[in-house]
Amino acid sequence: MIENMDPTMVNWARAQFALTALYHWIFVPLTLGITWIIAFYHTIYVRTGSEEWKRLTKFWMKLFGINFAIGVATGIILEFEFGTNWSNYSWMVGDIFGAPLAIEGIVAFFLEATFFAVMFFGWNRVSKKFHLFSTWMVAIGSNMSAVWILVANAWMQYPTGQSFNPDTARFEMQNFADVALSPVAISKFTHTTSSSMLLASLFIISISSWYLLKGRHIRMAKRSIVVASIFGLLASAMVGLTGDEAAYEVAQHQPMKLAAFEGLYKGEKNAGLVAFGMINSDKKVGDDQDPFHFEIRIPGLLTLLANRSLGTFVPGINDLIYGNRDEGIMGADEKIEKGKIAIARLAEYKEAKKTGDAQGAAAALAVFNEHKPYLGYGFLDKPEDAVPPVAMSFNAFHIMVVLGTLFPLVFIAFLYFSWKGTIQEQKWLQVLGLPMILLALAAHMAGWIVAEVGRQPWTIQDLLPVSVARSNLTTGTVQTTFFMFAALFTILLIAELSIMAKQISIGPEEE
Amino acid sequence: MEQTMVPRPGIVTTVLRFYVDGFRRMTLGRTLWKVIIIKLIIMFGVLKLFFFHDFLGTRFTTDEQRADYVLEQITMPARGHITPQGGERL
Repeated sequence: MIENMDPTMVNWARAQFALTALYHWIFVPLTLGITWIIAFYHTIYVRTGSEEWKRLTKFWMKLFGINFAIGVATGIILEFEFGTNWSNYSWMVGDIFGAPLAIEGIVAFFLEATFFAVMFFGWNRVSKKFHLFSTWMVAIGSNMSAVWILVANAWMQYPTGQSFNPDTARFEMQNFADVALSPVAISKFTHTTSSSMLLASLFIISISSWYLLKGRHIRMAKRSIVVASIFGLLASAMVGLTGDEAAYEVAQHQPMKLAAFEGLYKGEKNAGLVAFGMINSDKKVGDDQDPFHFEIRIPGLLTLLANRSLGTFVPGINDLIYGNRDEGIMGADEKIEKGKIAIARLAEYKEAKKTGDAQGAAAALAVFNEHKPYLGYGFLDKPEDAVPPVAMSFNAFHIMVVLGTLFPLVFIAFLYFSWKGTIQEQKWLQVLGLPMILLALAAHMAGWIVAEVGRQPWTIQDLLPVSVARSNLTTGTVQTTFFMFAALFTILLIAELSIMAKQISIGPEEE
Repeated sequence: MEQTMVPRPGIVTTVLRFYVDGFRRMTLGRTLWKVIIIKLIIMFGVLKLFFFHDFLGTRFTTDEQRADYVLEQITMPARGHITPQGGERL
């Protein structure tokens, strides 16, 4: 794989960011999701007073603690990378990201750190109600701290509530509510947290299946499965609803991303959604090749998903690149022209300010402001540069959707046999349950790829491409840290897996 | 019979004792804390210190200089320089 990589600094920096983010993302969704399930287990214990539910709660709490300890602070490395590899970007967004990330720090510290200790140390030492309250606060605190990083990410996909200051070269926040409550931020948060709940449910299903197969801790495994399956089924419904909302927002604000993850080159009314297909990865924009080796489409569904009404037009990659006058779509070629004007006038403004030419500066600024929505396009060499990697986006999106459809069926099967009281006899289901956590992680990784690869070439949608967001560093510097991170995170992953495997093997009896 | 009144510990003492006792009783937690501390030392003591300098922070002293530098970077295409994509060195 490495031999095939483009050995430029930008691509190495992107690969490093992807590596760090994906490793970080192994730990995060389990932390976000399992805290809710533990809170439910803990609630059942407090209501019933059953020692068995107490042991069960403590066991899953212990596994959560391992995941939290190994994963904590792995996200800090992403911040290191911003300052070193992506300094232009860091400078330009500092004013927007400062507030959300500061709030995240405060919320995470006060809610998580305070109640985390009570949750772990509080058994028989604080009142049952306060202890339970602390467990719920850890769940709320963990998920609240995820709000702000997702708000920051959503802003990059849909940069609302801001204005570019040509004197400081910074995007400045004009309206905090627009940034924090943008529809993209809301759909991103709800989709991420609900899919994390789903992943945590499958984590419990996998481990409980292993106990059933081994004939150990049978009662605990059965009880864990019932709660996790109900929780997982509800989470699956939320994932479906929030996924629909997320796709709608993508269609409204990032139509190129939607076209890429559906492999739609030629826009159409009543466009079909690809239910199953193999994309042609050799296909390039503008050539005559068929985009698919084969595909099965559900007629009209993509239009319904994108516009929420049938008979409306969904633009394809060709429409967005070359324009479509009939549908009133401006092509990337025209946007590049406008972007180049914006950059030229910004340079003129800067020069006029330096020489004290107030009139010249005002004139240049007026033209810049008119063209600044296309600023990012001015850095592209040709319209085709505005197309993300289509095959990767398509494959990631469809892997995510297929797995997301499979998971509720798994929960239904576990619930059905639990209700019938024959779950212990269903060896096939227990074997099926074992790899579920790996599939859930694969779905999460695919979701991340859809969101981040699908928006290429942009760091900030339409305003800043990745090639301009980076620092002037040598490729060798970034390569060195890439391999250091690969080693560090692999060690951390091995540590997590070995500590967790040992504790799972010990089971809930031992402290 | 005479009873000795034991003074009730204050809230700070109670909270402090809660944390100290909690940390003392940890078993698996001790291993996890070691992992966390080693990780933080590697991150801040090695990676941040030697490999991840703040690019703009270490090269410029004022925000004005940083703003000028970034403006220069993003207006390069207009001034006929090699585009930032091409990787002109500082």
